[in-house]
Amino acid sequence: MAKTVVLQRKPLSLSERTYLPQIVTGLKTTFSNMFKEKVTLQYPEEKPNIPKNYRGVPTLVKDPNGREKCVSCQLCEFVCPPKAIRITPGSVPEDEVDREHVEKATQEFEINMLRCIYCGYCQEVCPEEAIFLQDEYSSSGYTREEMINNKEKLYELGGTLPDQHYKWDKKKVAEGEGNAH
Amino acid sequence: MFDVELLLMIGLKVLFALLMIGAVMTMAGYSVLAERKVSAWMQGRVGPNRTVLPLVGSLPFVGRFLKGLGIFQPLADGLKFLFKEEMIPGHVNKFYYNLAPIVALVPALTTMTVLPFGEFFTENGESIPLMLANLEVGILFVLAVSSLGVYGIVLAGWSSNSKYPFLGGIRSSAQMISYELAMGLSLLPVFLWVSEPGTGAMGLSLVDIVNSQSQNAWLLLVQPLSALIFLIALFAETNRLPFDMPESETDLVGGFHTEYGGFKFGIFFVAEYAHIVVGSAIFTIVFLGGWHFLPWMADPWPATWIGSLIGVGWFLAKTIFLIFFFIWVRWTLPRFRYDQVMNLGWTKLLPLALLNLIFYVLLVTWLDQPPA
Repeated sequence: MAKTVVLQRKPLSLSERTYLPQIVTGLKTTFSNMFKEKVTLQYPEEKPNIPKNYRGVPTLVKDPNGREKCVSCQLCEFVCPPKAIRITPGSVPEDEVDREHVEKATQEFEINMLRCIYCGYCQEVCPEEAIFLQDEYSSSGYTREEMINNKEKLYELGGTLPDQHYKWDKKKVAEGEGNAH
Repeated sequence: MFDVELLLMIGLKVLFALLMIGAVMTMAGYSVLAERKVSAWMQGRVGPNRTVLPLVGSLPFVGRFLKGLGIFQPLADGLKFLFKEEMIPGHVNKFYYNLAPIVALVPALTTMTVLPFGEFFTENGESIPLMLANLEVGILFVLAVSSLGVYGIVLAGWSSNSKYPFLGGIRSSAQMISYELAMGLSLLPVFLWVSEPGTGAMGLSLVDIVNSQSQNAWLLLVQPLSALIFLIALFAETNRLPFDMPESETDLVGGFHTEYGGFKFGIFFVAEYAHIVVGSAIFTIVFLGGWHFLPWMADPWPATWIGSLIGVGWFLAKTIFLIFFFIWVRWTLPRFRYDQVMNLGWTKLLPLALLNLIFYVLLVTWLDQPPA
């Protein structure tokens, strides 16, 4: 059993009972606080530092070759808990030779930012690493329609991210060597 | 038919009164800004720094500086109050509800008529105090009128016909009654000390009390205990933290002004700060030597109009420091509980003020006894 030590409180001295010295100490503290560096941010002019793993607005990205990575597998659409994502699949444009090993592409890709809960499941589930929640945190609009990000907007927000795998290129090489899939 | 001189004098007095109201109201408005700025600085924030007037803001260096200080914020706040819709809740007693803000503001503006804030030197070297009305019973007038300010709060609380304002009103009346006594008693020894026979200063005049501190010790140094009790009572009388019982935002929503909005709320707000300005001025006059330089030192400025300007500036500087002190204390101390306020007022301050009075009565009697 732990030994309990009862601390004897010293009775307050006369000066302590007037509280005046304590008030003076408090006044000193607040006064010195006046000259400390301010902790607040002048927001629209100064932006906060966004950490690396921040989950901002979901965006679609292109690979360093400028190709749209999304293959319209619709996994993100299925996994999205608030059903914010709506994908209209389409075919890959004929003139894009670089994407010949991809069967599908998106015709339209919409994320309703009024529904999105920034959970990041879409990023987690994406087999092509095409959707990322990046550092954009401020989205606003005057109408509900404005808050639905379409494909163009999503690629504009996403930009290009470095690719670690070049999955399509590897597939092309493998196919050339006769062991596709 | 008309006495031109009389008319001229009345006209001048009205002009001076308007100037004085302008000065005090401006100071009250800027105390609100100071409150916001100082609280922000003490909490590591920046405070209001966005409001700006179109032309002034585009000045190269000054404009940015003034914007950063939030100099134009009181204008914006005042305009906001002015343009808001005047809501009158259905459940209030309309007459008293409308009367209360006026009753709160009028005493604050009335007390300043007897506040001396400087001296003017005539050509033959006489000094005339700068004030609207030189009353012989200055301090008595101030105490009497400023305590009327509580009626505004009580009326507001009562006429609002809702529980939180009511509680605020009740607390405020109880607090005012408790601290008024200590305040009056703490001032008595000061006037006993000043009006000793032979000095020429008699009675309760605020001018005499300032002049008695010229080239002499400030009364703060002579009677520190009286000054302390007066200061604490002043905090209570102006409803400032740690004694802001009538408002107590945390437990009474908005206190007495919960049901008020728009310009009526603005008037309450300005009245509170006008009380602080006037209270600081009175403390400066009574305990800090008014417009005189430092204790035991003659005024270093010449006895001309420049001197009187510097004197007024010095008086304002002291007053502004005290206003800062009010704000400073507000952002340092938490609010007392209601019973603690009553306890402090009745069982600590009042006996202390009485003892202080008795001590100084004996001391002054002993000092003033005629040589045998």
